[in-house]
Amino acid sequence: MSTHQTRRNFLKVSTAAGGGFLLGFSFLTSCEQKPAAVAMAPELKMPEQWTQLNGYLKIGENGVVTIINPNPEIGQNVKTSMPMIIAEELGVDWDNVIVEQGKLDTENFSRQIAGGSQSIRQGWEPLRKTGATARAMLIAAAAQQLEVPATELRTEKGMIYHDASGKSVGYGEVASLAATLDVPEEVELKDPKDFTIIGQSTKNVDARKIVTGQPLFGIDTKREGMLYAGIVHPPAFGLELKSFNADAALAMPGIVDVFAIDCAPEGKQLQWSDGPTVRKQVAIVGKSTWQVLQAKQAIEVEWEQTSAPETSAGHKEKMADLIANGKAEEARRDGDPEAAFARAAKIVEATYSAPFLPHNTMEPMNFFAHVTEDKAELYGPIQTPEFLEKTIATLFDMDPAQIEVGMSRMGGGFGRRLYGSFGVEAALISKAAGAPVQLTYSREDDMTQGTYRPDYLVKYRAGLDADGNMIAFHVRGTGTHGSPIFENRFPAGTTDNYLAEKISMDSNISTGAWRAPASNFIAGAEQAFLDEVAEAAGKDPIDFRLELFDRAIKNPVGERNDYDAERYAGVLKLVREKSGWDADSGDARGVAAYYCHNSYVAQVLDLTLDTSGKPQVEKVYCAVDCGIVVNPEGALNQIEGGIIDGIGHALFGQLTFTDGKPDQSNFNTYRLIRHPEAPRQIETSFVENGIAPTGLGEPSLPPVIGALANALYQATGERVYDQPFMGSLPG
Amino acid sequence: MANYTINVNGKAHQVEAAPETPLLWVIRDELGYVGTKFGCGIGQCGACTVHIDGVAMRSCQQPISSVSENNYQITTIEGLSENGEHPVQQAWLEHDVPQCGYCQSGQMMSAASLLNQIPNPTDEDINTGMAGNICRCGTYTRIHAAVKTAAGKLS
Repeated sequence: MSTHQTRRNFLKVSTAAGGGFLLGFSFLTSCEQKPAAVAMAPELKMPEQWTQLNGYLKIGENGVVTIINPNPEIGQNVKTSMPMIIAEELGVDWDNVIVEQGKLDTENFSRQIAGGSQSIRQGWEPLRKTGATARAMLIAAAAQQLEVPATELRTEKGMIYHDASGKSVGYGEVASLAATLDVPEEVELKDPKDFTIIGQSTKNVDARKIVTGQPLFGIDTKREGMLYAGIVHPPAFGLELKSFNADAALAMPGIVDVFAIDCAPEGKQLQWSDGPTVRKQVAIVGKSTWQVLQAKQAIEVEWEQTSAPETSAGHKEKMADLIANGKAEEARRDGDPEAAFARAAKIVEATYSAPFLPHNTMEPMNFFAHVTEDKAELYGPIQTPEFLEKTIATLFDMDPAQIEVGMSRMGGGFGRRLYGSFGVEAALISKAAGAPVQLTYSREDDMTQGTYRPDYLVKYRAGLDADGNMIAFHVRGTGTHGSPIFENRFPAGTTDNYLAEKISMDSNISTGAWRAPASNFIAGAEQAFLDEVAEAAGKDPIDFRLELFDRAIKNPVGERNDYDAERYAGVLKLVREKSGWDADSGDARGVAAYYCHNSYVAQVLDLTLDTSGKPQVEKVYCAVDCGIVVNPEGALNQIEGGIIDGIGHALFGQLTFTDGKPDQSNFNTYRLIRHPEAPRQIETSFVENGIAPTGLGEPSLPPVIGALANALYQATGERVYDQPFMGSLPG
Repeated sequence: MANYTINVNGKAHQVEAAPETPLLWVIRDELGYVGTKFGCGIGQCGACTVHIDGVAMRSCQQPISSVSENNYQITTIEGLSENGEHPVQQAWLEHDVPQCGYCQSGQMMSAASLLNQIPNPTDEDINTGMAGNICRCGTYTRIHAAVKTAAGKLS
């Protein structure tokens, strides 16, 4: 494969190539420099002197290569898989690679975001080119040094060989020369069949540090002169800070100061990621986390009601009314749905709901900040460092050059750390306190000041003809701050008469992206509904879906269908085979398939009920089409995690509100899935097709909720419509 | 505030703290053993699990005043082994258990304690022994397999 780009673009940032991706890398920032502090595995060290070949690579004279991971690591394993892609094209031995977490660096990198399962998909080409370009420059340097034509050189594991003369030279020996050469405009990328790193299970590069408890996470940050900080935010949505009295708190041991902060002053242009920010809060600063956590409870705060308090019951009523009577946006209409329903032999109708969900990353929100008059240093767990920098620049009237944002490893993200208000709070506190601070939320702060997965309500109708063919399909859905409907996803394109309607509901409760936004609800609803429709049609649920895909392959309805029906059907066929669907497993089984975040997933879930009727998931068979699997072990881990996370939230997850206040605030009242409730076994199979890879942080979660609902029906004879499912089950 | 002596990872440490200060915050903020994590502060998630005389305990629920007596030996993840060679740590690496990794030190301390008490645990023993540790990433099936592997290494 040959790729071409103009040198100017390559040196700067390649924008909008192929539909708007952004990923920059600049070469020629050649420099001999002493490393400040190189993060490294204990067994592998960079030498004192090394050459920086571009924003991603440092090559030591001894051939040890440091690859900078550009994107935030939230547990999706990009810190391993993105450098693997560079290392593959660079042609080095993975055992000779050190991975270092990059800081926010808009000169050298673009899209330093952890979100939407996009890091691998959008990084694929640019990361390959980065490795391949560096390799080409090393070859060119070797050609000069060995005085042989570059075309006669080959590379293997960090060595460059001239077979005819028997000469060879290591990358480290030519790196400093390579860095002075012109950047080639065209580079050859490897044929995927020659991959030696991509496709090999590669251990998490931080695993050793994790299992030995080394400081990796934002909450572990400690600096000279650092103070510990906490915040007091409104206890309910609809309240704002009016006044506070901190006399008692200030008298407590270790407390240095208590003051109000304003995260969104009038006239300051904030970023989208600041949307859910609580404007005014009370900040407290002290000498230890515990002293701060204790003393903040002694601050007397007067809150002002600025908008009406909301309740979960009120939301349910309002959403039911919107579904029944609300004015909807007609997002898609094919054919004549009303006429088709009128002539249908059978109509199936069902309504599904889901509650708010907090993210509950195991590491509570926290951030380090040291802000002075002319400089801001921020470090911590953030999925959107660039947006945090922009907000800091705005708030403190600084140039981005005065701001440094570093990303720690994150104790989970799931979307919560897209919204970096905790970083803004830390910066404001540091500036006001005149000291470096580490802000840490209590679990209660974290759970009750969230950007929650919205609550949803969706109503489906399907019309079947006398032969059990689906001739009409109607979906109408609402949710807080937006409808969960994706109007162009399956089964759009499979049914002549189709109507999708969206209704958004206002609320003062803040919501945001939560692992597989909207898909995390709508996939389960849709796949449970189709199971019910298949049953009404008298068809096997997999056969029923395959018939629909067959229609979408041969004669799709409409042109805006947002899926590849062959790949969709492919995962369903694969899971049918792997699960032995056509034989009886003995357990209650449910099936589901979904496509989101560019990857296709189908699952068969087997469960049993214990004597009390409590379900136990025995096994989940999962078929995945994400194109090329960059790191199989990491991919399996993501898929298994999504499955367990999906089952857990569908069974137990709910955050409810009374008078604007979350009823659950910690793990004694909020139920997350625990070890004994996880599936006993998960078996994943990948479709092998050589297509460019897509992400896996999210796609396995949405469908498993449908597979679970369908298996529960097989086990109990009762359909489940409202999450959490355990609300209607024993145990 | 009072002065306490606590034995952590084989070393005696002098600390000054209020008597009710949880061990968690003493070992994290004062002693710098940050491998022990804060997750909930109410003994529900297990992220702060340490060993006290070899038994898994929630360090967020142990006031400093209660662990400085009787020469209690406190072990954190940093003290489980010199260089990560404890069978539990080795099994965690073999199974590539961690995703985000935040809960894993607590998971491993619970697993090591479980194996101290039951060297060859059944599936049910593992389910019971590990039920107190929450993982939001969903690594439970790998944890389960890793506990079994660790048991095999110990026997």
